[in-house]
This record gives sequence, structure tokens and C-alpha cells, in this order.
Amino acid sequence: MASRQFATFEVDGQLFGVEVHTVQEVLSYNEYTPVPLAPPAVGGLFNLRGQVIAAVDLRVQLGLARQALQGPVMNVILRGDGEPVSLLVDKIGEVVDLDDETFEPPPDTLSGPTRELVVGTFKLDGRLMLALDVNQAVDTYRATI
Amino acid sequence: MEDLGEIVGEFLMESHENLDQIDRDLVSLEQEPGSRDLISRIFRAIHTIKGTSGFLAFSRLEKLAHAGESLLSRLRDGVQPVTPETITVLLLCIDGVRSILSSIEENGSEAEVDIESMIVKIQAQMNAPTDAAPAAAPAAEAPAAEAETPVTVEQEASAARPSPEPVADQRQPLGQMLVDAGAAQPSDVASALQQQIEGDERKLGTILLDEGKAQPAAVSEALQSQAPKRSIADSAIRVDVDLLDTLMNMVGELVLARNQLVRGVMEIGDSGLVRSAQRLGMITSELQEGIMKTRMQPIEHIWSKLPRVIRDLSNSLGKQVALVMEGKETELDRSLLEAVKDPLTHLVRNAVDHGIEDPERRIASGKGPEGTLTLRAYHEGGHVAVEVADDGAGLNVERIAQKAVENGLLRPEQVPNMDKRDIMAMVFQPGFSTAAKVTNVSGRGVGMDVVKTNIENIGGAVSVDSTPGEGTVWRLTIPLTLAIIQALTVDCGEQRYVVPQVAVLELVFIDGNTTKVEYASGAPVYRLRGKLLPLVRLDRALGLEVGGDQGVYIMVLQADGRRFGLVVDRVLNTEEVVVKALNTRFKDIGLYAGATILGDGKVGLILDVSSLARRSHLAVDSERENVAEKRGQGGGGTERLLVTAVGERRVAIPLDTVTRLEEFPRDRIEHAGSREVVQYRGQILPLVRLSHLLGAYGEELEGDTVSVVVYSEGGKSVALVVDRIVDIAENSTTARRDAEEDGLVGTAVIQQRVTELLDVRRAILAADPNFYSDAMDDMLVEA
Repeated sequence: MASRQFATFEVDGQLFGVEVHTVQEVLSYNEYTPVPLAPPAVGGLFNLRGQVIAAVDLRVQLGLARQALQGPVMNVILRGDGEPVSLLVDKIGEVVDLDDETFEPPPDTLSGPTRELVVGTFKLDGRLMLALDVNQAVDTYRATI
Repeated sequence: MEDLGEIVGEFLMESHENLDQIDRDLVSLEQEPGSRDLISRIFRAIHTIKGTSGFLAFSRLEKLAHAGESLLSRLRDGVQPVTPETITVLLLCIDGVRSILSSIEENGSEAEVDIESMIVKIQAQMNAPTDAAPAAAPAAEAPAAEAETPVTVEQEASAARPSPEPVADQRQPLGQMLVDAGAAQPSDVASALQQQIEGDERKLGTILLDEGKAQPAAVSEALQSQAPKRSIADSAIRVDVDLLDTLMNMVGELVLARNQLVRGVMEIGDSGLVRSAQRLGMITSELQEGIMKTRMQPIEHIWSKLPRVIRDLSNSLGKQVALVMEGKETELDRSLLEAVKDPLTHLVRNAVDHGIEDPERRIASGKGPEGTLTLRAYHEGGHVAVEVADDGAGLNVERIAQKAVENGLLRPEQVPNMDKRDIMAMVFQPGFSTAAKVTNVSGRGVGMDVVKTNIENIGGAVSVDSTPGEGTVWRLTIPLTLAIIQALTVDCGEQRYVVPQVAVLELVFIDGNTTKVEYASGAPVYRLRGKLLPLVRLDRALGLEVGGDQGVYIMVLQADGRRFGLVVDRVLNTEEVVVKALNTRFKDIGLYAGATILGDGKVGLILDVSSLARRSHLAVDSERENVAEKRGQGGGGTERLLVTAVGERRVAIPLDTVTRLEEFPRDRIEHAGSREVVQYRGQILPLVRLSHLLGAYGEELEGDTVSVVVYSEGGKSVALVVDRIVDIAENSTTARRDAEEDGLVGTAVIQQRVTELLDVRRAILAADPNFYSDAMDDMLVEA
């Protein structure tokens, strides 16, 4: 049976996941350089071992209020297209093996900004995990339209 | 390529370099057909390729090279003359060699390339003029081991990459030198040589010294004069460009680490550590400079392919083009050179295709039949300028304008007001081409916009200037290097930003007393040595909370030929920063040229000075400034102005429009409809309060009388109410710039204060909308 590995994390109490191979690393960082006039979903820039990484605030992408970037915030750094890009999340979860059998398309009742970011739902024990469309999730111009 | 083995890899690389040299030499040979030097050089290069390909068992390559070599040997021996046809065939042969080489590189075999037809052509060429003896056997004296300079790192400053002569030609034997200098006897040298031949392993100089046949000073002098003559091939090594890039990146990181360390050490203040840190700093700087130098290459590197391009193109178009290169030793960072190559080739092709006319047309317009294409490179203020200039027909501004209108890039009514150069710049718009017919070279409407995009991608700029009948100059302005720039770090709000130092002219501290920011109807300005400097607040430009005007710094910046002041909270220091490209998602903001890691490890944004200027609408202002200046100059010299106070502002009215100055008791002001009027010399005089017209802030002055400026024309008068008459002043019409606001024509510095110039006509119309039309009627009646 086909199964896939997902890295999971929480935003606003909801469990999200991206496929493990899209993730470069996970780390906590606390100094972000804001980018004035950038789309609101851009949380800031930070220095990852000499590389400048843009952090995308997943809360804003989901239509929630911005992360208060004071103190450490968890970053899920995605390999991205050509250069890494980070997603700011509330909390990091486990890496889980999921059978394709537990997958379902997003429920029809799911609407709003979250609907566009989600490719489907995985039924875990006791809770649901929404699988993110990585490209949509880091597209900072999407939310501003 | 990995499975080909090192030898083949090296052969390919070396041969490609040889071929480029042959290309150049062949084109030169066409210019000076008698040059035996060139022929022998080409011959040797091709012989090397032939020799090595035989050794590596690339038989087809060997066969083709052999055919070329045979033709060349006939040229060398003078059996047949050098003609353009021979050159064409030889170039064809070189192209054939090239395609075999790339076939070897791609799939390891040489099988697919058709060489037979080429060989037939070469043989036809050989048999054509005379039926002299068949191709001479390959000359034995051609030295096979000739390493054509493969240089990436050269010891010699002359970067022109001449092909080195064999070592023996350049280097005189030591014995010979000593004899020539009279420091040793020929017989002693001969006997020493004899000893060497017989197995003495000592060096010649040592033998002579040991036997007391020469003075040590003379020997060492001879050795020294011998040493620098070693060939370039001995003093240069081949370095992988990737390795250089890695080194460059690592030095970049080292610079950052050094900056962090120096900062930390300064905080601790230990003098021993400070010294070490300073030493580290110096070494780092030198290392960085050294690495940067290894990446610099003369622009000739990319120009060298152009003579061939121009030759082929002008031949196929039936044009005559002479190429002139100036400043080919100008050096550029390797990565920039790569990026400039294609745009430059495109500009050159375009100049030959569209710029330079046919010989008939040139003669008809009184020029020589041969056009000149000039490539020019030179340093200019932290940039390198590369120009492609032709002496052709020049750009047709009307046609460009017409085309731009047809393509919807311009509106017809815009055209008459546009600067000639702005119209010419339309050719850089996507989808623009004025070529009457599409040739296979250019005219498809792709290209110029790509040139522009490519150059802008590396932080450069493109411009064009042209004089009808005299030619066109395309100019690329390219930054020296991408990787590390000198920059000033500044604070604005909570954040730190980086401003490239090339753009900074000077810094001014605003203490609020002796230096201060002034406002010309809301627009902040600073008086820099009597001239008004428009100011841009960085916090406002970035959409941040706007701070105060005191205790701030003005950075006087120059971008795109415009000067402006950037107001920041604090200027920290100069630093070398490593420019990191910003993610494309920030490109649209347009305010940032990149990002960097600051000394404290945080990311700092590098401001893009020219787009900052553009965004702040400075561009518009400065254009109007020019207009205003021209207008002023047209009027000639100075004008006399009546300076009045309106609220807290000073407003000047041209004195020649003023009829009288009056004071009216406040209670004489009456109302007629919505207007204020006074009775004056048996007339009803409409009043307009400048404070209302200009929206001046401040309370109405309390007092029994009001000051008015009366203006009369054609028997009608209006009165402009001001708070106070200040003075009459002469204004030299310089230091003037136009204001955004209605009712004003501009601002100027008068008696060291910013003064606004009233648009009198507008003010009068505000008082009496019919003022001018009635006056006209009256005049007609009188006439």
C-alpha cells in the first residue's frame, strides 16, 4: 500500500502537513528583518548560514492576524523553486507516515483562504491533518489579491 | 564528458581556445594578407590540433585539420595568395573542426559531422589558382607542444593573451649572455657545456663559478635578466571557474565574519585583540581584492568574437564595415562579462544590419563607402561604460514616434512634448521594431528589450543617442562587480538599511537650528549651498511612521542624473557588504536592490537609490525644473519680485504685474454675492485672499487694515490680499523649482529664504473669472 511521509505543524490549533521531501529543515529563529511595502504575508527576512531567506507568515496566508515576531518563531524551511523559503508556523509536530487510503479531498464546507491552500485531508487518529499545496502556501501575492 | 578522460577534456578545452585565436587571426589575415607571422601562427595552432587528434585517434578530425593545414602551408610558402575566398574556406574548416569537437564533447564520437564536403571545398580552393605541386607535407618545424595561453590567471599584466613564442626563442642561453656581456670567455663556456654533456649535473652558471671563470655578480645578473623572459605559459595555470566562484563566496563570508568579529572586539576593548582584529581586517581586505582580481577579465575576451561576426554579417549584407576597438583592456568581473556578451553581440549585429548603410547609400550621402563600427569601453565613476557606435544613418526619431503610437506605446498628443532621447528610448520597449523589412539578422522586434532586461538584471543601464546622418551610439553602463559593494548603513525607524556608497555625494546633519528642513507648500526641501535640494523621507517612502525633522541626517544622493536628499534617522558607518539577490517576490516593490548580512548577523535591505528617486516623483519634478530653468534663461537675467507674507509663508509676485500697493481699512470690505469687494477710485475692486487661494495655514491677522496688491489691466483691477508686504527683491531665476500646488509657479530662494512664486494669472482669475475675457472685448472695441 502506497504511503507518504508528512512533516506536520500547527497553526491556530489546526494540524497541517507538507510532504517530507519538500522540507529542507525546521528551526526556530528570533530575528527577522521586516520588508516595508512587501505583501502582508511576508513576515520578514532572516539569515540562514549566510543565505537570506524570506519567511512567509502562514497565519496571514490563512486569513488570520500576523505573527507577532517577538521572540523565537518556528520556521519550516521548504526547498522551494530554486531557493529556500520559510513558512512561519505556531508549533512543529511529528513526521507521520500516511497511507493514501486515509486521504480525502478537502471537505466542501471548507472555504475561504484555507481552501485554496489545501490539497486534501488526511484522517489521523483523533484529528485531521490538512495537506498544504506548497506552491500556493508560499505565494505571497495570492493573499493580497 | 566525465568518461572521456582527462586528456580528451583538456584537448577539447585547449582546442576551443586555439580555434578562437585562429578565428581572430584569420580575420586579421584578411586585412593584411602578407603577414607571415599570422599565417605561421594559424598554421601552428591547426597543426597542434591535428597532431593531438591523431594521437587520440580522432581520425576524421585529423583528416579535416590536415586538409586545412595543407591549404595553409601553400599560403605560407607563397604558392598561392591569400584571398577573401581562401579565408572563407579556412573559416569554414575551422567551423567544421569546432562542430566535430562539440560532437566529441556531447557523445564522445566524431562520426556525425560531414567533413567530406568541406575537404572537397578546401581542395578546390587549393587547385583553383595554380596547378602547382600537391600540398606540401606538414612542416616539420611547427612545434607541436605549443600551449596556447589557456590563461585564467595571468602573471603578466598585459592581458592581451598573445600566443607565446616557444621558450627557446625568447630565452637566451646563460652562456651566450655571459659571453655577450664580456663576463666569460667563449672557450670556458664551451668547456663547461662539454662537462654538462659528459654528465656533470651542475648548472652551467655553477660550473663557471666553481671554476672561477666568471664573477658571481655577473652570473646572477644574467640569471635575473633571463628569468622574466619565461613564457606566459610557464607562469600561468588553468583554474576552474567554479573554484574561483567558490573562493569568492567564501571570501564574502569571511568579510562578514570579519565585520562581526571587529564589532565584537571593539565592544570588549582589549587592545591586543583590537590589534589582531585590525590585522585580520587588513589581510581579509587584501585577500578579497586578490580574489576579485582573479575574476576580472579584459573585455577583449568577449570582443574577440566580434570581428568574425561583423565580417560574416557585413559580407552577407554587401556592406563594408571597419571595426575599431578602444579600451579593450578594460576589465570586468567574469560573471558580468558573461551577462554582457549576448546583449553586446546583439547591438553589434543590429548596428551592422540597420545602423551602417550600403556603400551606395553612404556615397550618396557624402560618406566613404566603408562604415566604421567603434567598440569603446572605459571606466566612469564606479561603472564601466561600453559603447557600440556606428557612423551610419542614425535613428529616425519621427519614425520611432510614429511606430510607438501605432503600437500603442505612446499617445499621439504625448509626442510633441517628448525629449528626443526619450523617444529614442522607445526602441527598448518590448515588441518594438522599426526595421522596414525583417531580415534574418534583426527586425523581428525581439532583441532591444531583451538587451535592456539583461543589462538591468545585472544592475546596469542602457541608453541610446543618435544624430541623423552621423550615427548612433548605444551605451551600456555596467557595475564593476556584483558581489561586494561599499555601502553606508543607516537607521530608519527600528530598522537598519544599506545605501550603496557610489550614490552618496555627501551627508548633512540637521540640528534644527543652523541647518533645517524647510517646506515649500508641503514639499520638504533643504538649502544646500544656496540651491534647493528636494528631500525624500525614507520612513515615508517605506510607508513607515513618519518621524520629526530634527536630529536627522540628509544623505545627498545622485541617481539617474538627479540629485536629492534622503532623510534618515542616523548614519552609522561605511561597510563592505556582500550583495545577496533578493527573492523575486520582492522585485515588484522596486525599492530594494538586494539584501545583505549585516555585522550583527541580521539581514539588511539594500536600497535601490534610483527607484527611490523615481517613486518619490522626483523624476517629474526634475524635468519641470529644466523647463523652468529654460524659461528663466529665455526671459533673460533677473526679474524683480515683490515679496509678501501670507501666513507663515513667503509669496513673491513679479513686480511688473503690480500696479499699486494699498492698505484698506478692514471695515471697508463689503460683500457682493460670495465675493469680497472694496470701493476703490470709483470702481468696484474684487478682492482675493491669497491665504485662501494657497490654503495657507495660520490664523487671519487681526488688525484694522489689510494689505493688498492691486493689479490693473485694460481698465480693470483686482486686489490680492496678503498679510504683509515684506520687501522687493531681485531674483536671478536660478535655484528655482516648480511646486506641485495650484496657484504657484514654483519656489525659489530669495534672501536666503524659501519663497513661493505666485501664479498671478490664476490668482486674478480667482478674484474675477471674467477679468481677461472682458479685457479682450474692451480691446477689440477700442480697436
